[in-house]
Amino acid sequence: MTETFEMICIVCPRGCRLKAERTADGIAVTGNKCPRGAKFAEEEIVAPKRSFTGTVRSVFPEMPVVPVRTAGEVPKDKVKEVALLTRDVLLTRAYGVGEVAVDNVCGTGVDLIVTADMRKVIGS
Amino acid sequence: MRYAAIVIGGGPAGMAAACAVKESEKVLIIEREARLGGILKQCVHDGFGVIRFGEKLSGPEYADRFIDEVYSRKNIDVRTLTFVTDIEKRNGYFVVTTTSGKGIVSYEGENLILANGCRERTARQVNIHGTRPAGLMTAGTAQNLVNLMGIMPAKRCVILGSGDIGLIMARRLTLEGAEVVGVYEAKATPSGLQRNLQQCLYDFGIPVSLKKTVTLVHGRDRVEGVTVSDVDDDMRPISGTEEYIPCDALIVSVGLIPENELAENLGVPIDPRTKGPVVDQYMMTAVDGVYSVGNALHVHDLVDYVSEVAETAGKDVGRRKSRASIEVTQKGFAYLVPQRIDAANVEKETTFYFRASHDTERAKLTVTINGKTAVTKKYSMLKPPEAVRVKLALPVKAGDDVKFVLEDDDDGNV
Repeated sequence: MTETFEMICIVCPRGCRLKAERTADGIAVTGNKCPRGAKFAEEEIVAPKRSFTGTVRSVFPEMPVVPVRTAGEVPKDKVKEVALLTRDVLLTRAYGVGEVAVDNVCGTGVDLIVTADMRKVIGS
Repeated sequence: MRYAAIVIGGGPAGMAAACAVKESEKVLIIEREARLGGILKQCVHDGFGVIRFGEKLSGPEYADRFIDEVYSRKNIDVRTLTFVTDIEKRNGYFVVTTTSGKGIVSYEGENLILANGCRERTARQVNIHGTRPAGLMTAGTAQNLVNLMGIMPAKRCVILGSGDIGLIMARRLTLEGAEVVGVYEAKATPSGLQRNLQQCLYDFGIPVSLKKTVTLVHGRDRVEGVTVSDVDDDMRPISGTEEYIPCDALIVSVGLIPENELAENLGVPIDPRTKGPVVDQYMMTAVDGVYSVGNALHVHDLVDYVSEVAETAGKDVGRRKSRASIEVTQKGFAYLVPQRIDAANVEKETTFYFRASHDTERAKLTVTINGKTAVTKKYSMLKPPEAVRVKLALPVKAGDDVKFVLEDDDDGNV
């Protein structure tokens, strides 16, 4: 039996329209302009992943919210859980770019990192 | 003291341009906000820097790399919280008058690099009827409220227009707990990038309705709802198709327009297609010494290319002695940049950016010099929202007649 899937690749801004066919032998991907597209399609069918980006709160009035992202991708169905958790995070010191705000966020094994240099804003 | 270049705008374009100027030349960046970074400060989503750094960075991270570079340069001065009120062209230099907490101060520069970005088209510019209550805002305003101020502007919202910022905000508001009822687009095709449709709408089950627009805003103090209607091929609402949607916010994402008030005051000719200045391959406008970069020049898809284009201008400062610009004739594009070539300073390859005028399965780009074909290139799946960058070897000389033609290619082979 053959299952077919259609999707848009989100690896790069090109946005290739992918077609994937899953048979007993494996997954065959067409429409991808690079190998990353094939890998994306396979993952998307077996275990889709996304990165999360958003903000957390801080105690500093100059920067009431601070941008964060997951340091890598997390399972797609964990994204909402991560988003919910970020609403309760409060930073009480000035973090630099890449510093870990929450380690192993929601048990994904991926850290939530700060993506702005708070030291450049606070007390300046 | 006279600067070699005064850069207006401390966003990604202005910073990249300033950093590309030779370190022996003094540069001044004028920024109206409290800190450098421009719109990237509020673009907390990722996808920036894939081309330049090979990493998926957030906007603030991408900006931070350039901010560090700017402040490490001894030849770059920065004035923040400083607003340009006037620019005057004198004989061989410019006088830029600014206002700030320090009062009114003028600076002199031999060159100007205009990097003041673009502005959002507002609800008023798309002729929506009804009231103008709280809750009616552009996608960029919503982004500023959520990502910089930590304020949620909606509980249940409708998004008008399928521009990328609107799509990004649909996801952001959803993850912050708001309900996004749907995205309405008057055109027959979405205007945002395909990947943003996938990861911002489809991932969250947010419906996108094409050939539909908001025709009426309801509510006196606060948005209470909107009426949406189908539109015909000329984007006119069709009566009898009205549907009322209760919501507390209407977020408008209907396009960006390059900001060129300063450029126009200097007499810089504007291309009606890009709504930015006409430039040569070094991003110099038709007014000697005035460069235009970033989204003030044309609205880019990717900040990586904003940086690249701005660096071209920065490197050019104080370099070219003589110029011989020729206009490029263009046919079949939504737009093509640069619109002129300085034939006295042609390098081995010249980089062009263009947008197709319509969706095309297969297209052919032909460049002719004095009627002779110089280059042909074939493309598959061109879409107006996705700009194409192409490097071409064009041995152009002063006085040559250069034509760019983009046409549908029926013979097939790509």
